[in-house]
Amino acid sequence: MYYGIRDLVHGYQVVIAGHAVAHHDLTRLGFNFAQGLSNGAIWALIAIGYTLVYGIIELINFAHGDVFMIGSMTAVGLWGTLGLGLATGPAGLIGGLLVTLIVSMVVCGGLNVLIERVAYRPLRGAPKLAPLITAVGFSFILQNVGLLWNGGSPFGVNDLINQGKTLFRISGVPIVRGYLLALLVMIPLVFALGWFINKTRHGRAMRATAQDPEAARLMGINVNQTISLTFLLGGMLAGAAGLIYALYETNVWYFQGFKAGLIAFTAAVMGGIGNVRGAVLGGLIIGVIQALADARLGPQWTEAVVFGYLIVIMILRPRGLLGEETREAG
Amino acid sequence: MSTPTAPDQGPPSTRETPAAQTQGDWYSELRAQWRETRAGMARRMPPWFSRALAGALIVIGILLPFLFSSNSGFMNATIIALAFAVMSLGLNVVVGFAGLLDLGYVAFYAIGAYSLGWFGSDFFFKAHVHVGVHGVAATEAGVHLNFILILIAAALICALAGMIIGLPTLRLRGDYIAIVTLAFGEIIGVIAVNGQSVNLGGGMTLTAGNLGISAVDAPYFPGLGQFNLLNLRPWYWLIFAILLLVVGVNLRLRDSRLGRAWVALREDEVAAVSMGIPSVRTKLSAYAIGAMFGGMSGAFLGTYYTTVNAGQFQFGFSIFILAMVIIGGLGSIWGALLGGMLLGYINNWLIPDVLNDLPSKFGLNFSMTEIEYGIFGFLLVLVMLLRPQGLIPERRRKLEMTSEIAAEDAQLVESTSP
Repeated sequence: MYYGIRDLVHGYQVVIAGHAVAHHDLTRLGFNFAQGLSNGAIWALIAIGYTLVYGIIELINFAHGDVFMIGSMTAVGLWGTLGLGLATGPAGLIGGLLVTLIVSMVVCGGLNVLIERVAYRPLRGAPKLAPLITAVGFSFILQNVGLLWNGGSPFGVNDLINQGKTLFRISGVPIVRGYLLALLVMIPLVFALGWFINKTRHGRAMRATAQDPEAARLMGINVNQTISLTFLLGGMLAGAAGLIYALYETNVWYFQGFKAGLIAFTAAVMGGIGNVRGAVLGGLIIGVIQALADARLGPQWTEAVVFGYLIVIMILRPRGLLGEETREAG
Repeated sequence: MSTPTAPDQGPPSTRETPAAQTQGDWYSELRAQWRETRAGMARRMPPWFSRALAGALIVIGILLPFLFSSNSGFMNATIIALAFAVMSLGLNVVVGFAGLLDLGYVAFYAIGAYSLGWFGSDFFFKAHVHVGVHGVAATEAGVHLNFILILIAAALICALAGMIIGLPTLRLRGDYIAIVTLAFGEIIGVIAVNGQSVNLGGGMTLTAGNLGISAVDAPYFPGLGQFNLLNLRPWYWLIFAILLLVVGVNLRLRDSRLGRAWVALREDEVAAVSMGIPSVRTKLSAYAIGAMFGGMSGAFLGTYYTTVNAGQFQFGFSIFILAMVIIGGLGSIWGALLGGMLLGYINNWLIPDVLNDLPSKFGLNFSMTEIEYGIFGFLLVLVMLLRPQGLIPERRRKLEMTSEIAAEDAQLVESTSP
């Protein structure tokens, strides 16, 4: 093992005495980083959904990971309907995937809004435990929807974009199509979201509601509508992540959302919950940690490393890397 | 012992929940009448009545297995339901009394079950320890302790684990506690699966992973002999005794200094600490005691299932136990008991034995056991929306959930003045 606890905490490599840094080792590290960052792009998109919702109503939306899973399944189902296959030409593929992206974003956004309407809004005045419980309930319901939809084991799908194909190399590190896709979808969406939140009227309403719902209401902001909008945005990003995941991992599974949800939540907490930039940073860091743990400790321990890391973060810096002090973490 | 109905007193007219008001007059009138009847009953009940009722229930509980054949499916479900109720009572201490939302309770199930696997099987085959065991277990290699000793060991190990898990959460509140405990639960699950490759020396490993530690010892007691799965009655009495113990401890704890300290911390930590309640000790004792009960139940389930398999310890189980506490009523001992039994029966009897082929009767291609977690999820949502205070709510929690504190305060003044 090449890594001590410090590099797990900080996410970079320290070579322990006795292990010279050979060239191939740096390449391997670069490979881990490339893989980790592109995986992290998916976690970042999901983490934004957690962080937006937590920022505005202080709820850990446990169902969010499963909304992402439904997004994957919608995407895969739609490919079948559109007739996208390995033989489809590039123009048809790009067009078809764009349609799929939009549909899965709309489906997931709508689903998230629906869940909020049914399960969280009636409990607005109740103790905080109540919506958390209904969130877990909806998580289980969605998982079972996925289970009935595509069966109980990972379901392989066509590798539509030939994601493992190396496009170019950066000093020996192969950059494959899958990596590029993840980053190419994630970055514009994050910028669009940032613009929406910071520059538009609705974005301002969201920020105001997050700061103080009561005051926002007094200022004439429709708080319920703003919360719905937040769920819509979070769900849409989860839908996009669902499509990328299906293309990238080339399988879908009813349980994928649960694991992804926990990882993405870890990312959101790490970045500082309620902070969109923090969620992206956290997602990328978690992706890299996962890739390192996969490669060096063995994938069976990755989950334990990620959660151990979460606990360390919670002990040492409960507000997260970029976060403000929250009432909860205080 | 107090009865579950006792706290409900006072004039009923002011006690309407907002939900009841929207459902029309006939409904609220009916509820008001029912409340009055119940309050009247509670007032007229002499003090010996609750003791007599408890005694009668215990006698019925002991005699119950004679009504069913000794290895029927219903007996099996009852035994598991009782074991779940023990866990639910344990989680109720942490979540209900102390208000520390623990989403990793499955960790204690795992640790309790592994205590049994380690100290009641030939898993550590290099060791030869035999204490109070009988038959094959007395000659086989490995560590073989009497079940009572294992139960105590499981309780102690879990108490320690509970405190370790509790330590990082001491500075945190609310959702953050949930996340840290969840992370610990998942880590314990990963260790259970991968423990197979953790070498303890001499070819012995930490756990047997998904293969499971199999052929664990069945309990042996001098009067009852060696337990076996052909006759479920001794198993039933064993878990019933554990349940009685746990309920008794819970009842005494609730009204003790420690129990009141938990509630005080739950309601307002700053105020409680400024009143001199030691926050660290009080919280850690909640984790430890809650974990103990989980460990005892885990050890029992380990021997009852005759295997300790890493696949049993999934996050879903934590939520399953939490659902029992929530559906029963957070902080309410009788609620946790009822919730545990109810979900235990639904999970082990109603869904697999009674309703399993219902979807296929409607031409649907799945069985009810496949979607059981979906059913629990649906139940959770339903209970939270319709009856957030649970089936048998704790008085204080009920007030909080139905936001009628002001009305209740007025009533308290009324009912205390003669």
